[in-house]
Amino acid sequence: MSVSALEGAVVVEQAVGTWRLRWQRFRQHRGAMASLVALLLLLAFVLAAFPLQPLLDIDPYATDLLARFDPPSAQHLLGTDEAGRDVLLRLMIGGQVSLLVGVLATAIGGAFGVMLGVSAGYFGGRLDEFLMRFTDGMIALPLLPLLIVLGALDLTKLGFSAEFARSGAAGFWRIVVIISLVDWTATARIARASTLSIKERDFVRAAWASGAGPLYVMATHVLPNIATPLIVAITLTIGRVILLESVLSFLGFGVVPPTPSWGNMLNNAQELVTQAPALAIYPGLLIFITVIAVNFLGDGLQHAFDPRSDR
Amino acid sequence: MARFMLRRCGETLLVLLIMSFVIYSLIGLMPGDPLDVMLASAPGVTPEVVAHLRAIYGLDQPLLLRYWHWLMAALGGDFGFSRSHAQPALQVLAPALVETARLMLSAFTLSVVLALVLGIVAALRPGRALDSIISLAAFAGISVPVFWLALVLILVFAVELHWLPASGTTALGEHGFAAHMRHLLLPVVTLALFYTGQFSRFVRAAMIETLRMDHVRTARAKGAPERRVVLVHALRNAMIPVVTVMALSFGTLFSGALVTETMFAIPGMGKTIYDAILGNDYNLALTGLLFATLVTLLSNLVADLAYGWLDPRIVLT
Repeated sequence: MSVSALEGAVVVEQAVGTWRLRWQRFRQHRGAMASLVALLLLLAFVLAAFPLQPLLDIDPYATDLLARFDPPSAQHLLGTDEAGRDVLLRLMIGGQVSLLVGVLATAIGGAFGVMLGVSAGYFGGRLDEFLMRFTDGMIALPLLPLLIVLGALDLTKLGFSAEFARSGAAGFWRIVVIISLVDWTATARIARASTLSIKERDFVRAAWASGAGPLYVMATHVLPNIATPLIVAITLTIGRVILLESVLSFLGFGVVPPTPSWGNMLNNAQELVTQAPALAIYPGLLIFITVIAVNFLGDGLQHAFDPRSDR
Repeated sequence: MARFMLRRCGETLLVLLIMSFVIYSLIGLMPGDPLDVMLASAPGVTPEVVAHLRAIYGLDQPLLLRYWHWLMAALGGDFGFSRSHAQPALQVLAPALVETARLMLSAFTLSVVLALVLGIVAALRPGRALDSIISLAAFAGISVPVFWLALVLILVFAVELHWLPASGTTALGEHGFAAHMRHLLLPVVTLALFYTGQFSRFVRAAMIETLRMDHVRTARAKGAPERRVVLVHALRNAMIPVVTVMALSFGTLFSGALVTETMFAIPGMGKTIYDAILGNDYNLALTGLLFATLVTLLSNLVADLAYGWLDPRIVLT
């Protein structure tokens, strides 16, 4: 009893020490710290739509063709777009959509990638061979053209009802699903490589020898020990996914209007460039800031988690 | 080596075959079918006639059978007729492939050259100001949405400054070499920026690692000039992983090329596929997607072979 309590205390002490050390190393990375602040500000910006909408008393979906491309005013702080809608509110709501797609698609694709990679690494042999060939095949495909085809699919032909296929929810989930279908390969490879390096270690063999099943060993011994490279990989995936969402929505195969996203706000780019250049700048700039911040964050995490890295 | 090549070629063919079926099925799941498109321009056709037409075109047959017929025709070189171009699909795609190849190769070359210079300069004094600036620029390059970058470049250089054309291409002989380059400049820069950022990070990392190696220290100790140490002793070894990454990335340029071509109205493969999907031109979309897959698979094959050729220590089996 006392021994196990002591052991527990030691483990807790070490864990705190590790994370405190990592936090210190993370703070040294100026780019990553600035990115963390930038991301929090961005989050506050997109969430500001909730108090701002009733305050300004504007419907961000209501079109007003008499008020196209209005300059900024007290009511429309950034002016109006090509359909007379408030630009500021749509940037905020579009940001909510873009960020949510980024996080959800990364979570789903990441979970799939981790499961596939860990199983391949843990079980090895034929299964490993097959799963990795599958992953290599995925990596070798032209990503964007395929995503466009998947974005163009007729959902009713897949057995969904016509109402659902036309709804905004279908547009949202479609893009989440199709991006997570393709963007899991990097996570899977890293999960496999890390699992390979950990599975022959003594504590894993001990668990295995004392009769633990593969699921138990993977969940309690493998996953916690490969978490750090996975966190970095998954952070970098978020940036890539946000870029993919924006380009698909821009091309008309992602988030569909009237739901705004930072990508589809640039649908009428040709018109915007000549009529209201500022409107062509804002959404892309927000995507750019978000993605560069996420990438710096990933870099900072890598620096913090890897004791050997000294930049 | 011969066995390895044979196996990799076999695998490539297998993936291509599987993908041809996947793409064929996906195209079938897109809205409408060839008959709907035809009937849209001929209202008042009775259901019996529609059913009859369906039977004539074989649209009532099961998917596997239709795929088999398509595959047999395709293997004989018949990829069907493009509805929107009123030409065989292959004839539409051949010139488009040339446009895309030109765009991809120019952008690739530009980004490799820039990345080598930036990566080596950054690696010489890691952590210093110049390294930080290059690193920031590289991060900007990999984080900027390609379509928006194109938009901003058009806005600045075509709309505001009137320096460069916003869209289109000219054939080499048509308006001379200068006009040709002026049209190519913005698209190539747009496409190259992402890869310059990505490659320069790899070059920097590989160079930093190699510059710490014993043989580099020996070269310095012998009194070899710094230029030679960096450009010969270190760079040569650092290039092995870098070349692999670069070659593997070449295929992914296709996705960027699609966006770039759409933004600058270049009649390449990417824009052709995009327009075909938008316009329900099934044969063209299908053939174009297969070509795109082939291009990506082949560049990966070349990357694998290059890896073994560059590093004699690796035995490919």
